[in-house]
Formats: sequence, structure tokens, C-alpha cells
Amino acid sequence: MIDNTSRRDTLKCLALGTGTVFTLAGGIVTPIDLALAAANPGTGTPLFLQISDTHIGFNKEANPDVAGTLSKTIGLVNAMPEKPAMTLHTGDITHLSKASEFDLAAQLLSGLRTGDLHTVPGEHDVTDGPGAEYFARFGANSGNRGYYSFDYRGVHFIALVNVMNFKPNGLGALGDDQLSWLKDDLEGRSASTPIVVFAHMPLWTIYEQWGWGTGDSEQAMSYLRRFGSVTVLNGHIHQIVQKVEGNITFHTARSTAYPQPQAGVGTGPGPLKVPGDVLAKMLGITSVSVKSGRSLFLTDTTLS
Amino acid sequence: MLYKNAFCGACALFLLTTNAQAASMNMQSMPAPAGTPPNTVIIKSFMFTPMSLTIPAGTTVTWHNMDGEPHTAVSIDGLFRSPALDENDTYSFKFDKPGTYKFLCSIHPQMRGTIVVTAR
Repeated sequence: MIDNTSRRDTLKCLALGTGTVFTLAGGIVTPIDLALAAANPGTGTPLFLQISDTHIGFNKEANPDVAGTLSKTIGLVNAMPEKPAMTLHTGDITHLSKASEFDLAAQLLSGLRTGDLHTVPGEHDVTDGPGAEYFARFGANSGNRGYYSFDYRGVHFIALVNVMNFKPNGLGALGDDQLSWLKDDLEGRSASTPIVVFAHMPLWTIYEQWGWGTGDSEQAMSYLRRFGSVTVLNGHIHQIVQKVEGNITFHTARSTAYPQPQAGVGTGPGPLKVPGDVLAKMLGITSVSVKSGRSLFLTDTTLS
Repeated sequence: MLYKNAFCGACALFLLTTNAQAASMNMQSMPAPAGTPPNTVIIKSFMFTPMSLTIPAGTTVTWHNMDGEPHTAVSIDGLFRSPALDENDTYSFKFDKPGTYKFLCSIHPQMRGTIVVTAR
């Protein structure tokens, strides 16, 4: 049976994504998106928050105060009337994988009043290689592999690592060991279990020339297609790109640090300098709610 | 019964602003800037320049990042690995044995280069 209501919602929301919401929200202080979501009875219970690309240690012109914008983000989350009870960080916690950057990030993130924090590494977190800073801090729950899964409120969460191996064309890779683990992890699970997959680099190809994709993600998707509700969350590209393919919803989050250009605009995927009053509109988070017990509902919020 | 993911983009659209970075872009491969010391690989505009450098064994090669974005130089066969190089950081490695050594930037793995080491 096709759920026409959800399909209509999806279409409506994609239509909103063409800018209507921003016309409405222009100039109005923070959680206007959340306020709109709260006014919509279909929004459901906050389940978790996605935060991404905090890049602690970055200090260039595009945002000389990434600690400040992260703090502002955390303040915004803590002020939510109904806070999610869990946060996923989809990588690039730090800019240069330095211990001092991880320390500051940990100190700031500890201010989040949203329960457990689950992470995956971004390529900026692991420039010192496997088994170094990131893994010393976050590797314990996965035997230093970095990938793991857990269940929370009836949803199965899968954390994947696609920044340790690369395909010859520059795309990220999961690798055979992780794919084999994923296959085993999903085996025997009911197709009605909602699945959330999170990883740093996009798990579909957005722009190959800049490495915005994962070369062997199709193998992972082949294990996931039988499930009725799959939400794939990534960071890496510092802007929202989304698509729906069958039962799989792909969504990339904004950064809390600095925006990046749209695919192919400029020499490469570096920091995009924008006027100060525009920056806060290009930074933000994603919160995810459960609707009707199973479908997940994503809301993106900017810092202004 | 199948459940569709409802998903709502209460999202900011990518604001198309004039971008200083875009204005100064140059998509073509550039030679190393004048005055570049020998045996140096310049990292600029998301490229290693030169992309292939030939040196005699025993030579030390220096990578110099001139981008505002950090880069690394990581040997594909594991011989060397620079830390993340921020703007103006350098990393050096001495090549003792002849051979062909491919490397990439582990932050932007589409960036590739080669060091060819000849016998002395």
C-alpha cells in the first residue's frame, strides 16, 4: 500500500525547499523553523539531533570564531521547548585532528543538554591516521573500527566510516570489512524496523570531481533497500542536499562552522566567505522527529 | 505496509552570493610560482604542483600548502604521511630508494601526485 499522505508531505516539503520558508523567516530570530514545526501537529516527538562539521580549530576569514558559532548552536538546541534526547555528530569535529582541538570540541559539546552523543569521523579528524586522536577518544565502543550500531526507541542506528579508504577517483569508501559487517548487522532484522544510517561523506555521489560521494555505497544500499524506512544522514559538504529514492531518504546537514560552495563552483570545496549577516543563515543543524511511530521527519534550523 | 519518509525541508536555500574565492579561481594547471625552491611541491588551488616530480635518491622533498584549506601528503603505499598542513605549513620527507611513489591528500583524495626517485 502506498502511503499517499506521506508522499504529499514529501512533495510539499520539497517544494518548501525552494525558498518559501526563507522568505517567511527572513530577519526573524532563531528557531522560526522549529516554531513552524511545533505549529504543525504532524511534526511528532523529537528523537535526535544531527550536528556536523564543527571544524574546531578553523580560524580563517570565512569564520574566525567557529567555537562561537558552535556555542550559539548549542544554546539554540538547549532552548528548544522539547529537546531531542540524543545527538549524532556526523564528523569533522576538528579541523586539523589536533588534541587541543578535540579537547575544545569536547568541552563545548558537553554543554549540549541532549543526552548521549554518537560520532563518526570526518577526514579532518583522522589526518593522523588510524588508531590516533579520534580513535583514542571515540573508538572504544567499536573496537577502534569507528563503525557500530545501536538501537534507540525502536529505531536501528548504524554509524559508518567512509573517510579512511579512498577510491582511485577520490570518492570515499566503506571497504569490504565494513560492508561485510553491515550485511551481518542487518541480517534477520525486520523490514519494518526504521533505520538511520549516518556517516561523514555523502553515501551517494553528489559531485565526483570533488570526491563528494562514496565509491562502494551502492553495495551498502543494496542491503538497505528492503527496509520500509531508511534515513541516510551525512555532512562533509556544508550545505543541504537531499533526495528520496524509494524508501531511502538521503540528507546532508549544514556545518556549524562555515559554508562551502555549491558543487563545481570555484576551484575546490574550501571555505566559502560570505558577508557576516549571511553566514548565520548558512550554518545550522538538523533535528529529526518520529511521525506515526515509524516515519522520520527532518527539520533544518539555521543560526538566524 | 510501506511507510514513506516524510521529510520537510524547512531549509535555507543556498544563497548565491558573489564569492571572492570563485572570482579568483583558475581551473588550469599552473606551474610552480616563480621563486619556488627546488624539490618543492606547492599545494595551491586544490592541486599539487608539479603533479609529478623527478629527483635523485637521497633528495628531500618539501610540500608547502598555500591554500587556506588544510591538505595532507599521504603516500599510497604507506611510506610517508604528513600531518594536516594548514596554510603556509610545510612537510618534508627524504627519499632514499629509487622508485615511483604516488601520494594523495587524505582530506581531498581527488588531489593526487607522484614522486619519481631515480638512482643517484
